[in-house]
Amino acid sequence: MRDKFKTLVQWYDEMLSLPHRSEVARELRDEDDLFMLLLYSEMVGIPNPVYYYTLELYPYMLEKFHDWHLRMGMEKSPLDGIRCC
Amino acid sequence: MSSLLVAAIGIIIFILGYRFYSKFVAEKIYRLDPNYLTPAHQYKDGVDFVPTNKYVVWGHHFTSVAGAAPILGPAIAVYWGWLPAFLWVVLGTVFAAGVHDFGTLVLSVRNKGQSIGTLAHRLIGKKAKLLFLFIILILVLMINAVFAWVISNLFISYPASVLPVFIQIPLAIWIGYAVYKGKTKMLLPSIIALVVMYGVAILASNIDFLQIDVVAYFGGEGAAGLFGMGAVSSAFLIWIVILMVYVYIASTLPVWKLLQPRDYINSHQLVVGMAILYLGLLFTNPAVTAPAASSASDVSWFPLLFITVACGAISGFHGLVSSGTSSKQLNKETDARFVGYFGAVGEGALALVSILAVITLFPSAGDFTAAYSSFAQANATGLGNFVEGASQLANGLAIPPGIATTIVSIIVVSFAATTLDTSVRLMRYIIAELGVEYKIPALSKMHVATSIAVILSAVLVLLPEGSKGFGSGGYLLWPLFGTSNQLLAGISLLLISIWLKRQGRNFLVTLIPMVFLLIMTLLAMFNQVLFQWSWFGSDANMLLFVLGAVIFVFAVWIIITAISTLTKNDIKES
Repeated sequence: MRDKFKTLVQWYDEMLSLPHRSEVARELRDEDDLFMLLLYSEMVGIPNPVYYYTLELYPYMLEKFHDWHLRMGMEKSPLDGIRCC
Repeated sequence: MSSLLVAAIGIIIFILGYRFYSKFVAEKIYRLDPNYLTPAHQYKDGVDFVPTNKYVVWGHHFTSVAGAAPILGPAIAVYWGWLPAFLWVVLGTVFAAGVHDFGTLVLSVRNKGQSIGTLAHRLIGKKAKLLFLFIILILVLMINAVFAWVISNLFISYPASVLPVFIQIPLAIWIGYAVYKGKTKMLLPSIIALVVMYGVAILASNIDFLQIDVVAYFGGEGAAGLFGMGAVSSAFLIWIVILMVYVYIASTLPVWKLLQPRDYINSHQLVVGMAILYLGLLFTNPAVTAPAASSASDVSWFPLLFITVACGAISGFHGLVSSGTSSKQLNKETDARFVGYFGAVGEGALALVSILAVITLFPSAGDFTAAYSSFAQANATGLGNFVEGASQLANGLAIPPGIATTIVSIIVVSFAATTLDTSVRLMRYIIAELGVEYKIPALSKMHVATSIAVILSAVLVLLPEGSKGFGSGGYLLWPLFGTSNQLLAGISLLLISIWLKRQGRNFLVTLIPMVFLLIMTLLAMFNQVLFQWSWFGSDANMLLFVLGAVIFVFAVWIIITAISTLTKNDIKES
């Protein structure tokens, strides 16, 4: 009985936090997108003074980059230099 | 007649509808497949697409769709007697709303979690989508105007509710920050916020000083106010300006800062409110004093009843929520039955208790008839009657009448304010989307779009003179809200029917409520636009005539396009 009540309260809490959590995640994702745009900026024609330093980050960013172009509605990578899929 | 008996009959029909009819629809018509990979799994991104427990999705879905509208519509519709309103709420929920909310959810799940607007584009074409956007735009514009008036009116009628409602804003911001920065759980802070609000409500009900009574500040009802207007009109002006400034800020802030934490507090209020009302009903079992059917009516129930009770029986707005967010969170396709259909049942239960609160309020049938002497009177006093009736039910739980009235009015104002924020935000998105479609980039800027939304709403609520004088332009628009909302529902049912037909399935379960709803709505609209609001009508009103005529033409256009799509047999989709 006590366990059931606990689960009920958990569901209730989860129900309340559901939209909040996704909104916070969306904000963080937008920040990530901006960061990634800065990293890949020179590929879309924006000069990037720290290009040399960002180069070595690319392998770590590939997975996120793949998620990003799918989210933007592009089935394949839009950038010639980077073929993630 | 015992109100408990009426409630029991309604609830039993709801349960039977869920147990048998929704099962039939789920298995034979929508053919839910437990192994189907839902968009929540297919596009899982931890943000929009998140597989979630069905009880959690139901709770979120229900609190998103339940607002002031399922209370307001039935409280007015009892004008034709309680039986027609009761029957439409109960049967409408079982055979129309349930199938509609459930159907839009399934349709969206089967189409990558896309929204109804996008699906209209895919199923009927681009032009239909644009017309659809225009109808939604006019719909949200009306909601802004109507709800700004509703809130101002409640603030004037129940000044003790002002302070608790305003205290909710800093509390919500505090919760938003606490959760965002501190990653704390939300349950405890939002319950504390609710306790603080109700504590302030109790204080404000007993201490005159804490009641923000703008009319009294001007010297009472007969006194002069601003710009040569009376005290009441001036109070309306002040409240509407404050509300418009507030919605501007609220709809441009990130949602986690104010809107969502406010929604959490309001979700508790929904639970508390429904519990108080149903328990009050159970303990007091008040007699139904209103007549079952009212013969003295200046406006016919047919077809107006079906658009007066919009949310609560069937509402196009639910389809926007179903296909907008709920469909992206469904863990298994079979959960759609519980979330969609049972969500509609929850809304029906809220509308049912709204009817019961009003029809048990008056000591005798004569008092009821006197209070509901004309349709205009029902429109003007319906919500006030609900507040009084609900506080009478709460009184059965030993809550003193003054405090009960304040708490019920806080609940109604909070719901109305949530709807207002959301619809201003929605209007901003639609204006931006139209800006993109028609290549006017300025419209897609946040502050430009929000300014247009807020100014148009303010003009609409302030310009026309309603029967209650200055500031009641929103009230004049209420009949139009019902029709456009029902049109949206009808068009959504049409989309589901097209989809079902393309799948080669029996589409009568959605086609029959669709035909019924569209006929009732178009008939009511045609009557109102031509014989009531036009220049030779009984109640000439150019604003309503123009808006009504635009919606009517758009709706007929969409329906013709959709029916021609429905009769084509060429496309088969997965």
